[in-house]
Parts: sequence; structure tokens; C-alpha cells
Amino acid sequence: MSGATIDSLLLLGAVVLPFIGALAAGLLPTHARNAAAWLAGAVSLGAFLLLCTVYQAVTAGGVVRLELEWMPSLGLAFVLRADGLATVFGGLVTGMGALVVLYARYYMAAEDPVPRFFAFLLAFMGSMLGIVVSGNLVQIAFFWELTSLFSFLLIAYRHHIAAARDGARMALTVTAAGGLALFSGFLVLGHIAGGFDLDVVLGAGSQIHAHPLYPVALILILLGAFTKSAQFPFHFWLPQAMTAPTPVSAYLHSATLVKAGVFLMARLWPVLSGTDAWFWTVGTAGAITLLVGAYIAIFQHDLKGLLAYSTISHLGLITLLLGLDSELAMVAAIFHTLNHATFKASLFMAAGIIEHETGTRDIRRLSGLNRFMPFTARLALVAAAAMAGVPLLNGFLSKEMFFATALTADEPLPLGLKLLPVTAVVASAFSVTYSLRFIHGTFFGPDPTDVPSMPHEPPAWMRLPVELLVLACIMVGVLPAATIGPLLDVAARSVLGETTPEYSLVVWHGLTRPLVMSTIALALGVTLYLALQRHLRRGVEIVPFLGALSARRLFDRAMVFLSWRLARSIDRVFGTRRLQPQLRLVVCVALVLAAAAAFVRGVGPGNIAPSEVDPVLAIVWAIGASCALGAAVTAKLHRFAALVMLGGAGIVTCITFVWFSAPDLALTQLLVEIVTTVLLLLGLRWLPQRKDGAGAQRRPLIERVGRLRDFGIAATAGVGMAALAYAVMVRMPPELLAQHYLARAYTEGGGTNVVNVILVDFRGFDTLGEITVLCAVALTTYALLRRFRPAPESVQLPAQQLDQIALDAARPEPRRGRLVADWLLVPSLIGRLLFPAIGIFAVFLLLRGHDEPGGGFVAGLTASVAIIIQYMLMGTEWVEARVRVLPLRWMGGGLLFAAGTGIGAWFFGYPFLTSYFGYVRLPLVGEVPAASALLFDIGVFALVFGATVLMLIALAHQSVRGRRATPALDATAPSPRVAVGAATGDD
Amino acid sequence: MELIVALGIGMLTGSGVWLLLRPRTFEVIVGLSLLTYAVNIFIFSTGGLRSGALPVLERGVAGDLAQHADPVPQALVLTAIVISFATTALFLVLLLALRGLTGTDHVDGREREE
Repeated sequence: MSGATIDSLLLLGAVVLPFIGALAAGLLPTHARNAAAWLAGAVSLGAFLLLCTVYQAVTAGGVVRLELEWMPSLGLAFVLRADGLATVFGGLVTGMGALVVLYARYYMAAEDPVPRFFAFLLAFMGSMLGIVVSGNLVQIAFFWELTSLFSFLLIAYRHHIAAARDGARMALTVTAAGGLALFSGFLVLGHIAGGFDLDVVLGAGSQIHAHPLYPVALILILLGAFTKSAQFPFHFWLPQAMTAPTPVSAYLHSATLVKAGVFLMARLWPVLSGTDAWFWTVGTAGAITLLVGAYIAIFQHDLKGLLAYSTISHLGLITLLLGLDSELAMVAAIFHTLNHATFKASLFMAAGIIEHETGTRDIRRLSGLNRFMPFTARLALVAAAAMAGVPLLNGFLSKEMFFATALTADEPLPLGLKLLPVTAVVASAFSVTYSLRFIHGTFFGPDPTDVPSMPHEPPAWMRLPVELLVLACIMVGVLPAATIGPLLDVAARSVLGETTPEYSLVVWHGLTRPLVMSTIALALGVTLYLALQRHLRRGVEIVPFLGALSARRLFDRAMVFLSWRLARSIDRVFGTRRLQPQLRLVVCVALVLAAAAAFVRGVGPGNIAPSEVDPVLAIVWAIGASCALGAAVTAKLHRFAALVMLGGAGIVTCITFVWFSAPDLALTQLLVEIVTTVLLLLGLRWLPQRKDGAGAQRRPLIERVGRLRDFGIAATAGVGMAALAYAVMVRMPPELLAQHYLARAYTEGGGTNVVNVILVDFRGFDTLGEITVLCAVALTTYALLRRFRPAPESVQLPAQQLDQIALDAARPEPRRGRLVADWLLVPSLIGRLLFPAIGIFAVFLLLRGHDEPGGGFVAGLTASVAIIIQYMLMGTEWVEARVRVLPLRWMGGGLLFAAGTGIGAWFFGYPFLTSYFGYVRLPLVGEVPAASALLFDIGVFALVFGATVLMLIALAHQSVRGRRATPALDATAPSPRVAVGAATGDD
Repeated sequence: MELIVALGIGMLTGSGVWLLLRPRTFEVIVGLSLLTYAVNIFIFSTGGLRSGALPVLERGVAGDLAQHADPVPQALVLTAIVISFATTALFLVLLLALRGLTGTDHVDGREREE
């Protein structure tokens, strides 16, 4: 934090405060309306006062700057930079924010979740402040996107209303797309200027103008500014955003959000303007927006719609001023931005009061409100007059300035006709017309007959913000030099510097040409309003001449095309929901890639001679291959046979491991084989019966072709894999990672079983990840099985069990399970005796794992086999009644133990999972390896045991649940939860 | 010997892929298991097929590849075996849930319409 002055810290506080406030407001209870309002008001005022302090420093001369490290590796710093323009805008944002908070307190209904509203509002305020006082382009883009996001949330505040959602989505789509363009533009601009710091960029004006990439940067940045400031042809989102609560419109759509684009253009004005490209793009967009917005505003029946289009028009006016490339126009632009914020916010608030009191905003239904709310009517009248540009109000002054610059600006086209002044007068006339319509249509005429509720004056506190704003309109209008003068001067000077022109802020300039133009515009506007009376009374929705040209419709169509039609057709062409084509594609792509690699790189001969064929292993593999083939043939119709064959292939795999010096693998494979087979056997019970339909009829041709194709793919895959495996086996690279591990396993890992040392020590982190996956899988199967509902026809007991039950019932003393118990008496006895033996064997495998074949995985699987044997020989119910395994605790404990061992290394100042080893001499047992890796392995053991047992007993338990569904011989009450197919009893 | 094992791997792969492309869930699960064997043996074989190599070091002596089996593929395959067991279990339970929910054991959750 270098060179942080008090002022710069205050500035940081002003930006951070709203975000903290937003967080605090978001944590308030849903209906804490007053608390949220007090909080938001205090935060806004606090930020405003902080900025006032900063403003003192700025007027004293200079720029308040704060630089914090952000991403130094990229040359990016978090920079706050407050000059005149930024401070004045910041004051506008926070001051207006405080007024809107007061207004919103009374506008929002008590049943609305108001804290959420204020949280969004404050967050938006912070983001907007962020744009204004950022001293770094990337940072501006960041806050820019934040404003898009929070304005989306604010517009969609009443998200139960479809129109609010649509309007919010449209606003977000347009402004966020613009934000993306802006960000790209900033990247280009930063590239040209050689840095993203605003001071660097502002100092590189000539460099930027001369650069070939200047037009690209300009267009991209303007796209961002135009979308945000609702310039033609991106203006359509603003009227749709009027579905927002009115305080949001008053804040975002008059004073802040839509001014962000204008602010940005003013900010970069010194380096981007002054070219033909700037003049034509900005000027044209501004002029068209000015005229079209004002024209459409006349024909709006919705008060807020009228104000929205009027806002678009005024934003067009400011944009046009910025496009004119003259210093005086720049001053006028800043001036009008401030003026527009005051009168438009007050008009939005007035519209909100009208809606609040009458229940409607439709001008066609409103009339004569002057008699019901005279004070509000006066306020609205003054604000509307300011909007129309009536003398002695602030709108008049900035309009005069606009006329003056329009008259003096260089005409781009030698048309003979003064295009710019004519545009200015026509647009002003339009603004007079819609202002008249707003006031006359709402407040004058006969009493309203068609409004939902009879209006009266709003609470005094709700009116206060409007009163303050209207007071500002009048004060600035009457005493411009004393009120707005210093602010305007500081703001203009910070942009224009030495080139700030002379301008006079007085009401009376004498009988000048701008005054004449103002008078003409006023007269034209009134005439137009009178002439349009008949048309407006008809109350049709269509705007004359421009009805067909709807940017919104084009946007909607584009969105439907992109997000629905295009997506659907792409999905239709390239997508499938069927698994088989997907898998076929995966296999085929793998085959093609492998073949291509072999073809491009070529396959040379290997460097080791193949070893001699051992006839025993050859016979073993003949069996293995037959098993594989047999499983493939029988898997569809003879599942049990397929399982036996699968087990055969597994045993052959196991023999292969042990044959080629991998006892650890063989052990693990053998145990996994046992557990998997048991698991699959448990699953068979719930699969549908498949009858052998052999010889019934030939398969249809298309199916035969499909099978032939699959056979081709499978055969190719098999041949390819065999060739690949052979090619790999007959070559040996000179350097192998194995040497590293072999050399260090004992000296650094303290174990002679290198495989185990790799697992629990060298690559312990991988193993930790792996057992976590195992844990997750086991929990997933458990969760899935908790919700498991067997298919109706599987609920019935299998035929074998029914036979047994029938035999049991036929005995002298009927007792279920008797037959099985008698038959399995000897095995079950052995099984019970084996239980401790297997347990001890598991511990033995675990302890010797570091030095001899064994380890946590094998030990865990062995221990689970001990449990499985009990289940198989004694039956699920017998075991569940006697043994409680609590697999979840084993898993959790194991994971904690393994992770804890790793963390333990931290306490000795080593990285995670560093292991320690030594040998301990125990009496009787002898020397025992005591590596911390053993502790880790104990964790692995516990987790593997828990996970395996969890999966097995969860599956085994299903048969008990299924049986409970049937009224059984032992007459346990049927559980109501397992109701599927309960009617299909067996008695 | 290498040829025998390679052919065995090929056979396991071919059968596995064939079953993988079948429409019944049980066939797919058997196919996946066969593929698992094939892939595990393949990874294991990248360390070279040597019978009689020492799998375990002697205490205090650094090992070398001339006498000892390559431990790296073994460590890889050891974890692969355990993980493949987990995925088989997960797939089995999914299969059962699918069957319970849709009433069919077709991989797409519904019989192909004729």
C-alpha cells in the first residue's frame, strides 16, 4: 500500500462500504423493512459524505489515487483514481442512492422481502462507484459486469412475474454482451497504450489515434457503452426493464446504470474522440436515438414507458454532444447528465407515487389527479417542465448549451440545410409534447373513473426525495453559477484540462439564436400535442410509422433462433440420448486415433526377444480366452453362466499376475474377484427374466446388420489391442521410473515391498484421493439403494425360496429357514469358526504390507470377505440380528485416519503426507516396522473394509426389504413403506 | 509367451467391446469387467513379462531392474483393480435402480420402439 493518503483510504472506504452494507442487509430477516432501510440509508449517506471529503481534496487540485497489489505477475494493480468527473459522478450515485432508499422504504410493500432489495441496491451502488473511481481498464470492465449482474437481480426482483423475468433477462443479455465487447475493446486499447492503468491510457492519445487497431478498439468499446446507455439500435431493453420496481427505475434507469455508458465515453473522450470514426459512430447513434426515442415516447400509454423512451432520447442527446468533438459540447454533456438525473429521477418517483396511490400507470385510465394529490402534481409539473426545457429550470440551461453547440459545430455534410440545429429543434419539440402528455394526461381533465383505488397524497417522507430533487431543478435553473457551477467546472476540467472552454452559466443571455430555437421548439411541441389529441385518445398501442420496426421483436427472434431452434437442430443432428451409439462412437474414435498414430509414426521391431512359450500358461490362457468368449455369448440369456465365465477370466488374470512376479496384484485380484462375484450374484435377483426365444424367428435384417457391425468393431478392437500389447511387451525403454523407486524404496520409504511403499508413501496423495473416490462410490450406492424400489415382478420370492418355504411348512414343526439351516449346518459352523481366523489374517496382511506382499487394500478386502461368508452361510437376517458392522464409521474413521496421518507431518514441519519410519523391537514378536506409512495404511484398510461391506450389505439387505413386502410365513407385519407389489403374497 | 498374453488381452478386449455395445445392462456390466481385465493386464505388461523376478527388496539393499520386477505398473494396476471394483458396484446399483424405476433393463431405460 504505497503512498496511501487519508483521502485515498476514504475513497476505498466509499467503494467498500456499500458492499459490506449489501452483505449485512442480505443477512437481515426477510421482513426487517425498517432495519434494512436504515442500514441502506446510512451506508449511502456515509459513502456520500466520504466522497464529499474526497471532493475537497480534488478541488484543491489533483487526483486522489490508491494503488494496491492485485495480480503483479500480470502487471495489474487495483487502482482507485478519483478526479473531478469521477467524484461528481460518485456523488451523484451515492446521493441519489440515499434519496432512492428513502423513497423505496415507503414504496415497497410490507410483505415484500425488502432486505433483499436493499442488499441488491447497495451492491449495485458499490459496483457503480467502482466503475466511476476505477483507475484501471480491467477493473472498470469488472465493475461494469457487476452492474449488469446486479441490475439484472434488481429488475427481476419480483421474479414471480413473468414480465419481470423476461425484462431482466433481456437487459442482462444485451448489457452483458456489450460488457464482453467492452472488455475485448479494453484489452485492445491496453495493448495499444502499453498498459491498463487509466493514467497510462489517457496519456497515450496520439499513439492510440495512429494505431491500426484503433477502429477495432473504438467499435468494441462503443458497443459496450451503447448497450449500457440504451443507444439505438440497442435501446429496446430499457423499456422492458420498466418491469422493475419504480425505485429501481428511478435509480438505475435515470441516474446511474444507463449513465455508465455516457460516463465511459466522457472518461475516454480525450483519447478516443477527435476522429471521423468517432464523430460518425457516436454522433449518428446519438442523433438517431435522440429523435427516435423522443418520437416513440409521445405514443406511450404507460407512464414509465414514456419516461423510459424519454430517457433513451436524453441519453441520445448526451451521446450526440459527446460525438460532436467540441469542448463546449463536452461541458454541455456533463451538465445535461447531471440535470437529466435530477428531473428524470423525480419524474420516475412521481410515476411511482401515482402507481402506488391509484394502482395503475396507464395514462388512458388516469386523469384529473391534480385535485386528489395537488402537491405531487405541482412537483411533477415542475420536473416535467424541466424535462421539456422550460426557462428558469435546469433542463433549459443544458438545452440552450446544446442548441448553441449545434449551431456552431462543423456540419459534416454540405447539405445547405443545417441538419444539426433542425434535429435539435425537432427533438426538443417532441420532448415538449411528451412532457405535456405526462402532465396533462395524468393530472388534468375530469376525475378518474377507471382506477383501481381512489388516490390521495402519499406519506410526506415518500414525497421528500421528489421535493429535494425538484428543488435542485429550480435552484440550478435560477442560480446556475452558484449551485452547479463549481461542480461542473471541476468535472469538465478533469476531462478537458487546459482546453476547457469559456462558458457562461447565466439564465439570460439576451435575445440569442438558441433562445429563438427554444421558443420555436416549445410552440411546435404544444401544437403537436394538440394535433395528436385525436390519435392519442384512440388509445392504440402502435407507434405511427415505426410500428413495424421493432428492435425488440428482432431480438426476440434472434434469441429464439439461437437458444431454441439452433440448439435443437444441432442436438438433432449431432446428439443422441441412446447409449449404444455413444459408446460405439467412443470405441470407433479410439480405434481410428490408435490406427492413425500407428500409421503416421510407424511401428518398429522391439528390442527384446520374446520369451519361450510355457505350455502351462498357454493352456491357462486358452481357458481364459474361452471364458471371455463364453461370457460374451451367454451374458444375455444365461446370466449365471456368464458370471461363472467372468470369474474364470478373473482367475486367469490372477494367475497371470502371480506368474509374472506380481504377488500383490494376484492377491488383490483374487479378493476383488470374490467380492465382485458375490456382489453381482446379489444383483441377479432383481433383473427381469429373459426367456430363450431361440429358433422362434429370424432377427430382422437391420438388426443382423447392426450385430455384424458391432462384431466388426469388437473384432477390430480385439486385434488392435492384441497387436498393441504385443508391440509394447517386446520393447523396453532404457530409462524407467521404476529404477528411481527401486533405489529409494528402502532407504527413503523404509519398506521392502516397493509396490506398497509407492502406494502409501511416494504416491500417498494419489492413494488418499483414490480411497476418497471409493468412499464416495460406496456412499452413492448406499444412497441409491435406500431409495431402491424393485420392479413389481421381482418382489415375489424366487422359485427356489418358495420351494424351500413349502418344504419347511410341510414339516412337523413349521419354521422358516429350517431346511437351509439343516443343509448348511457344517459349512455354517466352519464359517463361524473361520470368522476370527480371517480377521487375524487380515491384520497380518495389513501389518506385513510394507515389507511383504499385503497392505491396506488387500487386508480390507479380506476382512470384508469374513463378513460376506457369514452372510452367505447364515443368511442376511441372522447376521443382521447379531453383527453390527457400522461401515459408515469404518469409512469415516479410515478417511480421517489417513488424512490425519498426512496432516501429522505438518506438526513436524514437513509437507503433507511426509512419512517417518523406523523399526521397533517388540518382545516375543521381534522387529516390527514402525513407519508412519503404516498408520496411513491402517486408514486405507479401515476405509476399504467399510466401503466394501457397506456396498455388500446394502445390496444384501434389499432381499430382506423385498420379503417384508410380502405377508410371510413368520407373519411379520408388512412395513407400509415397502408397499410395491405387496398384494402378490405367497400364501 | 508375450504373444500368448497379447492374444489373451485381445480376446478379453474383443469380448468386452462386443458386450459393451449390447442393449442390456447386465451385458454391459460383464463387458466392462472383461475390459477391466484386459486393460489391467495390458498396463501390467508394460513393465515387461518376467517370471521369477524378485517382487520384494532385501533389507538394506537398493533394488535394480535386472533382478526386481517393475513396481510402477503394479502400483498402478493395484489401485485400478480397487477402483474398477468400486465402479462395477456403482454400475450394478445404477442398473438395479434403472430397472426398478423404468421396468426395463435396456441401457436407454426403455425398449427400442419397433
